[in-house]
Amino acid sequence: MTAATTAVRAVPTSRQPSRRSRTGLIPTIILMVGALYCVLPVVWIVIASTKTNSELFSTAPYAPSFHGGFVSNMRALFSYDNGIFFRWALNSVIYAVGGAALSTIICGSAGYALAKYRFLGSTSLFRVIVAAVLLPQIMLAIPQFLLLAKFGLTNNYAAVILPQLVSPFAIYLCKVYAEASVYDEVLEAARCDGASEWRIFASIGVRLLSPALVTVFLLQFIGIWNNFLLPFVMLNRDQLFPVTEGLYGLLIITGGQAAQYSIVIAGVLVSIVPLAVLFLSLQRYWRIDLISGGVKA
Amino acid sequence: MSAIGDRSGTPPTPTPTPHAVLVDTSARPVSAGLAPAAKAPRRRHRTMLPLVLLTPAVVIFLLFTIAPGVYAIYLSFLKDHVGGGLLGDENPTQVFAGFENYQAAFADPAFWQSIVRMLIIAVIGVPATIAFSTLFALCLDAKRARLTGFSRLAIFLPYAVPGVVATLLWGFMYLPATSPIGGDTFDYFGSHAVFFSVANVAVWGVLGFNMVVIYTSLRGLPRELYEAAELDGASELQIALRVKLPMLAPTLTLVTIFSLVGALQLFNEPNTLKPITNAISSNWVPLMRVYTDAFVDNEIYKAAATSFVLIILTVTATVFANAVLRRISGRSER
Repeated sequence: MTAATTAVRAVPTSRQPSRRSRTGLIPTIILMVGALYCVLPVVWIVIASTKTNSELFSTAPYAPSFHGGFVSNMRALFSYDNGIFFRWALNSVIYAVGGAALSTIICGSAGYALAKYRFLGSTSLFRVIVAAVLLPQIMLAIPQFLLLAKFGLTNNYAAVILPQLVSPFAIYLCKVYAEASVYDEVLEAARCDGASEWRIFASIGVRLLSPALVTVFLLQFIGIWNNFLLPFVMLNRDQLFPVTEGLYGLLIITGGQAAQYSIVIAGVLVSIVPLAVLFLSLQRYWRIDLISGGVKA
Repeated sequence: MSAIGDRSGTPPTPTPTPHAVLVDTSARPVSAGLAPAAKAPRRRHRTMLPLVLLTPAVVIFLLFTIAPGVYAIYLSFLKDHVGGGLLGDENPTQVFAGFENYQAAFADPAFWQSIVRMLIIAVIGVPATIAFSTLFALCLDAKRARLTGFSRLAIFLPYAVPGVVATLLWGFMYLPATSPIGGDTFDYFGSHAVFFSVANVAVWGVLGFNMVVIYTSLRGLPRELYEAAELDGASELQIALRVKLPMLAPTLTLVTIFSLVGALQLFNEPNTLKPITNAISSNWVPLMRVYTDAFVDNEIYKAAATSFVLIILTVTATVFANAVLRRISGRSER
C-alpha cells in the first residue's frame, strides 16, 4: 500500500514541469476566449463612437476614426433636446440610488426584526416571504400600472420607486444573515447595560448587518437599474425617463432609420462607462458568497 | 438581462442548503406558531420595535405586490359594455365577463406562439448560461490558470450594462449596415438565427454574475478534498469533473432556477430589438403581448387575464423545475 502510494506520487513529481504548464494553458485559453467575448462588444462601441454617421457605414468596423467624430457625437448627444440626456442620467441615479437605499433600509429592518424577535405571526410572515421570492417581479409591472393608473398615480418618481422597494429575497438574505451573525449574547449584554431595543438595533444590529446591507444595496441597485418594463409602463413624460428608456426612445424616434445611430451609440457608451468603472471598483465589497454559499459567520 | 439569469429582481437565494429552502419551508426546523416559547432561542421582549421595523415592508408589499395582483385578477373577469346611446359614444360600463378574457387568451394561437418563442430562447439560453459560467468558474479555480484577475473582471463587465443598453449594443453588432461580426453576409435576424441572437444578448449579460456566484461557492469548498484526490493521482480535469462539479450541485440548482425565472420574464431584449428588425413582432414573447394588449390596443381586461395566467405558469414552472433539480442534485451529492 505504501509502496503503491509512493509510486503514484513519484510519477507526477518527476514529470511535473511539463505537465503543469500544459494544464495551466487550457484554462487560461478558455478564460481568454470568454473575456474576449465579453469585452469585444464594448471595445467595438468605443471605436464606433469615434465615427460620424456616414463613417459608421463606410469604414472598417474595427478601425477607429480620428476626424472629430467622437467630439461631434458627444456634442450631439448632450445637446439633443436641450440636454435631456443629463436629465435622464440624473433620473437613473435617483431611481437606482434612491430606490436601492430605501429598499436596503426597509428590507434590512424587516430581516432584523424577523431574525431577532418572536411575536405572533412571525413564523408565518417569514414563510410568506420565502414563497414570495418565487414571484416573477417583472411580470407584476403591468398589474402595478393598472392599479396605480386607477388612482391616477402614474407618471412620477414614486410610481417607479415604490413598487421596487420590497424585495422578498433581500428580506430573506438579511434575516438569514442576522440570525447567523448578530449574536443574542451581544444583544442581551446591551440590554443588561440598559440600552433600549431601538438603540441596540441602530448601533449594534445595523453594524453587524452591514455586509448583508451592502450586498442588498448593490443587488437592488442593479435590479432597479435594469428594470426597463416598470418605468416603460409607468412614465410617459420624457423628463422622467431613466437613461435606458431615453435611449430606447431615441431609437424609436429614428424609427429604425440610420440617421441617428451615432447619437444612440454615443449614449450607449456614456451609459456603460461610469457604471462599469463603479462596478468593477466596488466588486470587492460585495459579499457574493452570501448569495450562493450560505452564511458563514 | 432580465432573461436568463435575471439581474432584475430575483437574484439567487442564500442558505446553507439553498436548494432545500426555495419552496420547501417545512424542511427548516422552524416550528409553527404553536411552539412553546421556552424552546425558542429568542425571548419575547415587550417592545414595539419589531412592529415598527416590519410595518414599512409589510405595507409596501401589500400595496405594491399583493394589491396589484388582486386587482389584476378582478379586472380579468370584467369587460366593457358600451351603453345603448344612439351614437355609441357613451362611456362604457364595466360588466362581469366570466372567463371570456381567459378563453380569448387561450384560444389565440399568437399567445401560444409567443410562449413557444420564449421557451425556445430559454432552452438555448439557460443551458448556455449555466454551462459557460460553470466552465469559466472551474477555469478560474484551476491551479495553474493565468491572468485570472483580468478574465474575472472582463467576464463580469457585461453585468454592469443594463439589459436594454446591452441589446442596443448587440443590435448594432447584428445590423448589416454597422456589423463588425459579418452581419452583412450572415443574417442575424433570420428565422432561426434570431432566437440565438436574442439568447446571446441575454447570456452575455448574466454570464459574469453567475460565474462569480459559482466561483465563490467553489472557493468555499474544503481544499483538503482536492489534495486527497491529487495524492490519489487524479488530474486537474478529473478533480474538476469528479470532485468539484458534484459538490457544486446545490449552487448550480439555484443558479438554474433563477436563470429560468429570468428567461420566463424575457422582455427587454426582444422589445429593444423590435425597432431595428422586422423579425420581431409586437407580441413576440408573452410579456410583449401583455404590453401590446394594455398599451397599444387598450384592452386592459385581456392584458390582466394574460398577466395572471403568465404569473401562474411561471410560478408553476419554477416550483416544478425546483423539485426536479433538487432530486437530480440530491442524487449527485450522494
